[in-house]
Amino acid sequence: MMTNSNDFPTGPLARYLLQIADDQLIMGHRNSEWTGLGPILEEDIAFSSVAQDQVGHALAFYEFLQKECGADDPDQTAFNRPENRMLCNGLVEQPIGDYAFSLARHWCYDHAIRLRYESLSGIPNPVLQSLAVKLQGEVKYHTFHADTWMKSLLQGSEESRLRMISAIKEVWPLALGMFESWVGEDDLLNEMGPNGHPWYPGEAALRLQWQEHALQSLQGWGVDVDQGALSKLEPVLGGRQGFHTEHLAPLLDEMTAVFRLDPQAEW
Amino acid sequence: MPILSLDPRVNRLQAEQVSDDQGPVLAAGDHWPSYQVFHQRRRGEKHSSVGIVHAPSSEMAMALAKEQYGRRGETSNLWVVCSADVLEMDYADEDVFRTTPSKSYRDPAGYKVNEKIDAFKAKNQG
Repeated sequence: MMTNSNDFPTGPLARYLLQIADDQLIMGHRNSEWTGLGPILEEDIAFSSVAQDQVGHALAFYEFLQKECGADDPDQTAFNRPENRMLCNGLVEQPIGDYAFSLARHWCYDHAIRLRYESLSGIPNPVLQSLAVKLQGEVKYHTFHADTWMKSLLQGSEESRLRMISAIKEVWPLALGMFESWVGEDDLLNEMGPNGHPWYPGEAALRLQWQEHALQSLQGWGVDVDQGALSKLEPVLGGRQGFHTEHLAPLLDEMTAVFRLDPQAEW
Repeated sequence: MPILSLDPRVNRLQAEQVSDDQGPVLAAGDHWPSYQVFHQRRRGEKHSSVGIVHAPSSEMAMALAKEQYGRRGETSNLWVVCSADVLEMDYADEDVFRTTPSKSYRDPAGYKVNEKIDAFKAKNQG
């Protein structure tokens, strides 16, 4: 019998974690599409390993949701939800494009995850707190890897520079969509951490932090950023409400093809 | 479009198949240099040579070495050194080592102290 995990786990924290987990699952799946096709052997292995980390992070959060929030088991949560019950953002849904696009996305995405984990490491729940601290080490490498490529290509040849800049412009509105406000955000904003301050800064604040860091990096790499033009770009929204870009459905079809052969199979 | 592969990712690439003689030609300088990677298991232990990575800079070499050589087992630290910066002895000069194996007197095993120790023990027990 096939059942769909139709109900969101209840509570703002569970919903927030599900958003992070769905982002990581879809990002990891997308990035794994480069496996075997990467530009050079060493990078193929490194990028595949990053993808594998991301799927692992998704699993860690799905497991927490199962144990602590009454969600279905991780396989069901990951592979047996219809598209409109997925909460990932539009950035991670995009096809891999060329390597410039995938790198620009990797850079935008992992710096956002870094900020989310930094705030999550201040949460009162000790299980989540230690999970966040553990995962931060991997994300530190992801951002180092992304920064190294961005710097290298932005300061490389004229062609690499122009291609990177065009990829950044393409990625930017999608990246802003990572910080879409969501149902329950206000409740989480009022939750205090062990130090008596709220541990979750909210999407608008995260977006500001992210943008400030991104612009600073670009300037450091010699990119002349037109902030006026950037601020006019409209974020791509909808993912956090279950409205997705046209790229998610085919991805889910492919990702869940084997699972759907026998949804109750033991792996 | 013909099916290039059973792997959907390869078909998505829509890459044209090129024969070997149509592929890009790299000049010698276009190849990335190699970097020697040294791996340290725990703090305080020595770094040991584990292999190479190809990279355009030492920073990129480190980013790539981390996953090639640090993704399994215990790791505390890595070094990367551009292979060109390593001064290598010429194999034509290998003859400088030819007589070394026969110089057994340089081996600490050449010192016969057991007789003296036995004598010392016998004297102190007696």
